[in-house]
Amino acid sequence: MNKNYNFAFLDEGSKREIRRASLKAVAIPGYQVPFGSRELPIGRGWGTGGIQLTLSLIGPDDVLKVIDQGSDESVNAVNIKKFVGLCADVKTTTDTREATLIQTRHRIPEIPMTNDQILVLQIPIPEPLRVVEASEEATKRMHAEKDYAPIWLELYESLVKYKRIAIATEYPCMVEERHVMNPGPIPKFDNPKLHDAECLCLFGAGREKKIYAVPPHTKVVSLAFDDVPFERESFAGKRCRLCGSAHTYLDETFDALTGEKVYQCSDTSYCKEARGQCV
Amino acid sequence: MAYVAVSGGREAIEESIRLLDYHKSGTDKDIEIEAIENKLSLLVDRVMSEAGLYAKTYAALALKQCEGCVEEAVFLLRAYRSTLTRNYYTNEVDTEGMRIVRRVSAAFKDIVGGQILGATYDYTHRLIDFRIGEEIFEDARKNMQALLAAQTPEPVAPCPRVSDGLRKEGLLDVCAKNDQKPLDVTMNAPVFPAERSARLQTLARADTGFVSGLAYSSLRGFGQAHPTVGELRCGYAELCVPYLFDENESVYIGEILLTEVECFNAADDTDRLKLTAGYGAVFGRNENKAIAMAVLDRELDAGGRYPAQNEEFVLTHGDSLEMNGFISHLKLPHYVTFQSKLDAVRKTRGTEHE
Amino acid sequence: MRLNETPVLRVKNLIVRYGDGCPACQENLDKNRCALCGAIWAANDISLDVYPGETLGIVGESGSGKTTLMRSLYFDFTPTSGVATLRDHKDGQENIWGASAAERRMIRNIHMGMVYQNPALGLRMDYSAAANIAEKILAAGGRNAGQMTGRARELLEAVEIMTSRMGETPKNFSGGMRQRVQISKALANSPALLLLDEVTTGLDLSVQARVLDLIRKIKARHGISILLVSHDLAVVRMLADRTIVMLDGKIVESGLTDQILEDPRHAYTQQLVHSLI
Repeated sequence: MNKNYNFAFLDEGSKREIRRASLKAVAIPGYQVPFGSRELPIGRGWGTGGIQLTLSLIGPDDVLKVIDQGSDESVNAVNIKKFVGLCADVKTTTDTREATLIQTRHRIPEIPMTNDQILVLQIPIPEPLRVVEASEEATKRMHAEKDYAPIWLELYESLVKYKRIAIATEYPCMVEERHVMNPGPIPKFDNPKLHDAECLCLFGAGREKKIYAVPPHTKVVSLAFDDVPFERESFAGKRCRLCGSAHTYLDETFDALTGEKVYQCSDTSYCKEARGQCV
Repeated sequence: MAYVAVSGGREAIEESIRLLDYHKSGTDKDIEIEAIENKLSLLVDRVMSEAGLYAKTYAALALKQCEGCVEEAVFLLRAYRSTLTRNYYTNEVDTEGMRIVRRVSAAFKDIVGGQILGATYDYTHRLIDFRIGEEIFEDARKNMQALLAAQTPEPVAPCPRVSDGLRKEGLLDVCAKNDQKPLDVTMNAPVFPAERSARLQTLARADTGFVSGLAYSSLRGFGQAHPTVGELRCGYAELCVPYLFDENESVYIGEILLTEVECFNAADDTDRLKLTAGYGAVFGRNENKAIAMAVLDRELDAGGRYPAQNEEFVLTHGDSLEMNGFISHLKLPHYVTFQSKLDAVRKTRGTEHE
Repeated sequence: MRLNETPVLRVKNLIVRYGDGCPACQENLDKNRCALCGAIWAANDISLDVYPGETLGIVGESGSGKTTLMRSLYFDFTPTSGVATLRDHKDGQENIWGASAAERRMIRNIHMGMVYQNPALGLRMDYSAAANIAEKILAAGGRNAGQMTGRARELLEAVEIMTSRMGETPKNFSGGMRQRVQISKALANSPALLLLDEVTTGLDLSVQARVLDLIRKIKARHGISILLVSHDLAVVRMLADRTIVMLDGKIVESGLTDQILEDPRHAYTQQLVHSLI
C-alpha cells in the first residue's frame, strides 16, 4: 500500500460527498444524482464512476471482488483491483459469496447476492433517454414530468421495423413506477436480477458525473408492451462446455484447433463453483 | 482441450508496462526535466492549460513520463491535482495590471500603452532550420546572455484594456458586475444552462484542438461572422489569497504567465447595432486557444443552431480526459455486450438457432 | 352542429403581445403595432366558442393573428393573458393556459389534435407512419402494441393510405400523404377537437381537394369539432359552419359561413368575398 496517498486514494471530504450522493440515490431509486466526479489515475470511461463508489465505501474489513465481462481475470478488472490495492489494504477475492463489495462492468454475478453485500456497476452513459434526446437539459425535464412516451416509441418502432424489440444491452427499466433507468451495459439477461434483489446496487458514471441506485427489494421492471413480453438473450439448447450449465449467460468462442463454435459461462467464478460441485 | 480462456491479465499488464519502459529508455541521451520545462515551454504551457494546473516542473515531469504524449501528461497532472486539498481560492486576478510581455490589437493601430509584438512565431518563415541539429548549446546560451547583459531594463507600465474606451463610449456591451462565487467545475457536476463562470472554466481547461476546431467552424460559416481581436495580451499576473485573519487583507503568493483575449463582434441592439465582447484566458503563452475560447464565449452568448453555439455540445465534449478516456475505453473487452448485440441481430434475421 | 350544448372549446379575451405595451396602445394601433411604444398585438382580445360537432373557420391574411390563436391553443407558446377552457378538461372549469406541463401534454395528446401546415412540426419524419400514430397513444398511456398497430391501420385506412406502407417513414411520402398522416395522428386518441392550421396551403389543387374531402368525411363520420384556420376563403366555404374574420389581431366579423359570404358587413370581408368570385 502506498502511504503517500490517503486510504482509498480520495480525501475523506470527497469520499463523504460521494457517500451523500449515494444516500440520496438510495432515497430516490432510479433517479440520477449529479455529483462532483473526481479525477482518478484511471481513464474516464474506464470505470471511474464505479471506482469512486468503491473507494468511498470501502473500509479495512471489506473483501473486494472486481469483475469485467463476468471475469475476475480480465485486464481491466485486474487493473482496477491493482489500483484499489495500491491505496487501500483490503482483502480481495474471486468468490462471489465471500465478497462484501463487488465492482462490475457489463455483468451481474450469476450467484444471487445477499443483503450484506453491495454491487457497484460501472456506467458509461447513465441517461436512458439519451437515445431519444441528446440534450441533458431536455432529458432532465422529461424525467421530472415523467414524459416517457419517446422511449416507449423507440421500443414500438423497433417492433414495426424488426418485429421484435432489438435493444441488446442498456435495456431501459422502470424503477418503482417512477423513473426510467438505464441498467447500464449489462445484457438484458441480467435485468431481472435487479428486481427485488437482496443487495444494494449502486451505479456510478464518472465521466457523466452521476450516481444512481436500486436499493434492496425495489421494483424494477424492464419496459415491455402488454402483449409483447420482455425477452432476454436466449441460449436455447446450449450449455457451458466447462460446467454444463444451461441457465447462465454464455460467451461464444471458437475452439482453436477444430474451429468449432463453443460456449462457456461468462461468469468465471460461478463456473468454477459449478464445476467444484460436479466433481 | 485446445481452447485457451482469456485470462492472465495481471502478467500481461506487467509485461506491457515493461515494454513502455523500454520505449522510454530510448537512447543513451537523456532529456532533463529542466530542459523540457524551459526549452519545450509552449508544450508545457499547453499541458498546464488543459490540466488546469499551473505547475511547470510537474508538467515537464509528466511529459517525460509518457513519451511526450499531451493527453497522457494532462491526465497525470489532473489525477495528481485531484488528490490535493483545495486550501484557498485566490482573489480575482487583475489582468489589467499584468506585467505585459506581448500585446497586440487587431482593432486599433494606436492603443493606449502601445502594441508590443513580443515573442511570436507569427512572422517567422516555417523553414526547418537544419543547423539546430548541429547547434552548440553552450554558445547559443552564452550569446543570448551577453546580449541581455548589454541592455538596460525598462519598466513596463500596466496598461488599460482596449475595451475600456469602447465601453466608455457606450458602444460595447457592459456585463453586470457579478460578485457571485464562481462555480468550481472540478467539484460540481455541470448544470445547463451553465453559469458563465462554469463556461469559462470549462473552456479554459478544454482540449486545445477541440476548442480551435469548433471556433474555426464558426468562423467558416457554421456560426457568426468573423470577430475582431480587440486585444491579445500575454504577461505575468499576480496571485493573491485572502489573509486568514483579516478579510480586507490579502497575501501575495506568486505570479503566473497568462494569455488573455477579448474579441469584438457586432450584434443587434433592438433597432441599432452594438459591439459585444467574447473573453478568453488561458495559462501560459497559448494564443490560438485563448482566441478560440473568446470566439466560443461569444458564440455561446449568442446561441443558435450551429454546434459552436450549443452550450451543452461545446461544454460537454471538450475535456481532454473525458474524450480520450471514453475513446480509449473502446479497446476494453466488450464480449458480453457484443454477444448480446449478436443475439439481437440474429433474432431479427431469424438465424438465432444457427 | 349543436349550439345549445356546452362548447367544446371556449376562448375568452386572448391577448398575445410582444413588448411591454403602454396605456395608450389601443388608440395608437397602426395595423397591430402601437405607434407609440412599438408593442405588437398579435392577438388583441379574441373570444370565441366552438360547439360540439361544428366546424369553425377563421380567415384572415398573414399577420391577422389566426395562427397565433391556433398555436396558443396548442401550447406552442404561452399567451400574454386570456382564458381557454375545454369541456373535457376539468369540466371546463380551469384555464388550460395555467395548466402544468404534464397536464398540457395530456391535453395536447388526448383532448386535441393538431395538424400543422408544415408536416415536420406535427410528424416525426424519421419514425414510421405507424409509430407516429402510436406516439399519441403511448403518450395517453397505451401499452398494448397490437392494439396500437390495429388503431394505426384503421386510421391510415381512413385517410386512404395503404397499410402496406405504414412501416415507412413520412420522409418517403408526398406532401399530400404527409398531411393525411398528420390528420390520422391527430385523430389517434379520438379527441373532441381538431385544430387545422392551413392544412392545404402549398399543396397542388387536386391534392388539396382530396385532403379537404377527407376532412369532410371525417367530420361526418366522427362528429368531431374542428377549428380551422385558413387564408383561403374557398377552403372555409367548403368546410366551415360558422366563420370568424380576423384582421390585425382582432375579430372584425363573425357569423354563419353562408351569411358572411352572401352579406359581408365589414369592408375587409367584402374585399375578401369579392376576390373569391
